[in-house]
Amino acid sequence: MSDVKTIAEPVQEKLVFDRPKSLTKRGFTYCPGCGHGVIHRLVAELIDEFGVQDRAIGMASVGCSVFSYWFFDCDFISCAHGRAPATATGVKRAHPDAFVFSYQGDGDLASIGMAEIMHAANRGEQITVIFVNNAIYGMTGGQMAPTTLENMVTTTSPLGRDPILAGGPIRMVEILANLDGVAFAARGSSSSPRNILKAKAYMKKAFRSQIEKKGFGIVEILSNCNTNWRKTPQEANKFIDEEMVKAFPLGVYKDVFADKSKK
Amino acid sequence: MSESQRELMKGNHAMCLGAIRSGARAYYGYPITPQNEATEYMSFHMPKAGGSFIQAESEIAAINMVFGAAAAGVRAMTSSSSPGISLKQEGISYIAMAELPCVIANVVRCGPGLGNIAPHQGDYFQATRGGGHGDYRTITLAPASVQEMAQLTYKAFDLADEYRNPSLILSDGVIGQMMEPVDLATIPAKDAPKKDWAVGLGQDKRERNVHTTIYLEPEDMAQMHLKLIDKYDRIRREVQYYEEFRTEDADILIVSYGNSSRVARTAIRHLREEGKVKAGMLRTISLWPYPYRILNEIASNYKAILVLEMNWGQMVEDVRLAIGDKTPIHFAGKHGGLLFTPAEIEEFVCAIDKDPNNPKTAWTPIR
Amino acid sequence: MLVEMIFAGFGGQGIMTLGMTLAYAGMIEDKNVAWIPSYGPEMRGGTANCNVIISDDVIGSPTTDTPGAVMVMNLPSFHKFEPKIKPGGTLIVNSSLISDVSKRDDIKSFYLDTAGVAKELGNLVFAGMVALGGLNEAMNLVKTESLEMALKKLLPEHRHKLIPLNVEALGRGAALVKNGS
Ligand SMILES: Cc1ncc(C[n+]2csc(CCOP(=O)(O)OP(=O)(O)O)c2C)c(N)n1
Repeated sequence: MSDVKTIAEPVQEKLVFDRPKSLTKRGFTYCPGCGHGVIHRLVAELIDEFGVQDRAIGMASVGCSVFSYWFFDCDFISCAHGRAPATATGVKRAHPDAFVFSYQGDGDLASIGMAEIMHAANRGEQITVIFVNNAIYGMTGGQMAPTTLENMVTTTSPLGRDPILAGGPIRMVEILANLDGVAFAARGSSSSPRNILKAKAYMKKAFRSQIEKKGFGIVEILSNCNTNWRKTPQEANKFIDEEMVKAFPLGVYKDVFADKSKK
Repeated sequence: MSESQRELMKGNHAMCLGAIRSGARAYYGYPITPQNEATEYMSFHMPKAGGSFIQAESEIAAINMVFGAAAAGVRAMTSSSSPGISLKQEGISYIAMAELPCVIANVVRCGPGLGNIAPHQGDYFQATRGGGHGDYRTITLAPASVQEMAQLTYKAFDLADEYRNPSLILSDGVIGQMMEPVDLATIPAKDAPKKDWAVGLGQDKRERNVHTTIYLEPEDMAQMHLKLIDKYDRIRREVQYYEEFRTEDADILIVSYGNSSRVARTAIRHLREEGKVKAGMLRTISLWPYPYRILNEIASNYKAILVLEMNWGQMVEDVRLAIGDKTPIHFAGKHGGLLFTPAEIEEFVCAIDKDPNNPKTAWTPIR
Repeated sequence: MLVEMIFAGFGGQGIMTLGMTLAYAGMIEDKNVAWIPSYGPEMRGGTANCNVIISDDVIGSPTTDTPGAVMVMNLPSFHKFEPKIKPGGTLIVNSSLISDVSKRDDIKSFYLDTAGVAKELGNLVFAGMVALGGLNEAMNLVKTESLEMALKKLLPEHRHKLIPLNVEALGRGAALVKNGS
């Protein structure tokens, strides 16, 4: 391109995009194209917008986001695999006015941590759960997750996930929405700018549920694991839009705020 | 050794092959590094062998699936690494109390907590002292090579069945992920023995079989305890596995197991080639029962004993139990998941050879 | 005989498979062998490496800090492992990617234009085999037929048609060393 240099006239600087205050200066260590980076940013933006950085306490789960405390600039606990909702419960009961959130993967939340998430939700713990569903175990190298799609090949479903032997993908927010303690439950996606904005709107309500003491809030976000799916990031995001959403329909499954306005 | 019978394999794969060839037909696991090769191998090969594979929702579920399969009379196995083995302890305690045979493999990583995935020997106490709640023991075997991963796993099933007791394989990320030849002739495929105590079909033609772990009356529980203790005593007499390496003329005796014993072997050879110190080694293969007998017999033949472990001193307590004050004991540990190097072992041995009573490196329980 | 070797380069150069091929060939010749991927701190820093040990005796430590031979396929590996070679040891350098030269006079060094040869054979993937052929010649480790048998065992069936070219690459590498590259 020959005319690259033509932007010579002075540009009036207007900052339109900055690093959220609630993120540290540390660069993300996730694979290029991974959804974790975007989702971290959304959480941090909301912590800033609600002005709760001074009392935000995060629970890191075990998975690729095990080091999320490197990136979020607030108090943090690195929890045992699957137990983040229980640990969060302990923190929240000690500090009812803190903003307590867990950031969990699908293996962590929907497999080993199934009991903890169900009961924290059922107790209506005033916590916010960010649930990143990439349909696979990323950190350990691409094993089957409870959310793996039917027939999807992983290192422990080498012939494709057979629903007769291994069940089908678990739809967590649908299940959790049935529990009385849950104030907000929704599923978004990180596959496109438009979906990301929508996901943020959901997360905002999950934040409000806690801050306004309405109850337990969870947002599941479909995210890609291009490395273990063996796809390019573009192909992987397309896979979310075309395949994953069939098993995991996007939308709101429970919303105390909306319910109230209906009455 | 006929070459066609040798295969170059990863330790974790060899372990699974040993299990399948010994007739194991159930494997339940949950992913964790550095044992993922095992779960992945089983996801393909166990169904192929006509057995059942499930990626369980957690280690707790996996061990309880093993509980069920073992009660049903199937040779059953689970594997994991340290944090996952901690979760299995509840189930192992139940299986031990129900006197059911199974094999549990721990490809040890560095803890406590999440620690890291590097090799370590920090789970020795957990493995050899029961690990979960209650007064029980699990037979614990520590392979030091890929060949032994296959062979000892194969053996672990036989021992488990013979004594109706869980067996544990204690390895680490190095032994699990390295490749070495496995002589397939040492693990011929066989069928598991039939178990008349198993739950199952045809109950109209036999007494019913019940496996329980609850004995509310202390007198009944005491009976059960005595039965277990009697069994453990028998195992202690009959299962003491070890290897002696250059012990016949040694001045310094190294006691070690698994991965660290391999580095010790290199160091011993080198020290002898250089004409520096005549060292030898007792490599312990069964960690419970610990080979107390041989150690007690040979201890006084040496100027000093050096215990090498990748932790800050666990097996050294067993060495002390075996020999008391007979011979000075020294301890060298390795931390963080780092491996011993032959050079540092050689340095320790030389120092101890010069000063066998040096209080700086001497190990004593009395502080 | 006890030969402790380190193979190093970056991911994608086939380092792990090259090491495995040699270990397998050693096993075919009834030797004791061990192959282990890089572990611990060795793993960091942009190099993939593995240790291969071939021995008549039972193998002790599966890793080594003082290798008798090192085969380096990229520059970071050269800097990392060249200083560790035991005096009297052997260094095989992939000179297609490494322009540095060892200043040590207590080791034997060979500089092989592996990419040049591989291109002549029609595909860059053969570069590693050229280096392995060189190493095997310099160290006099195993017969070429054993390496060929190892490849048959290690390569999936659909890639067996590449074996003759791999064997040729081994031979070309060996020739380079014989001619004193
Ligand atoms: C008790 C225990 N079991 C297993 C592991 C190993 N482990 C680490 S991460 C992980 C899976 C994480 O998957 P997911 O929650 O889907 O998150 P992702 O890595 O895909 O982001 C597992 C099984 C562990 N650390 N602790």
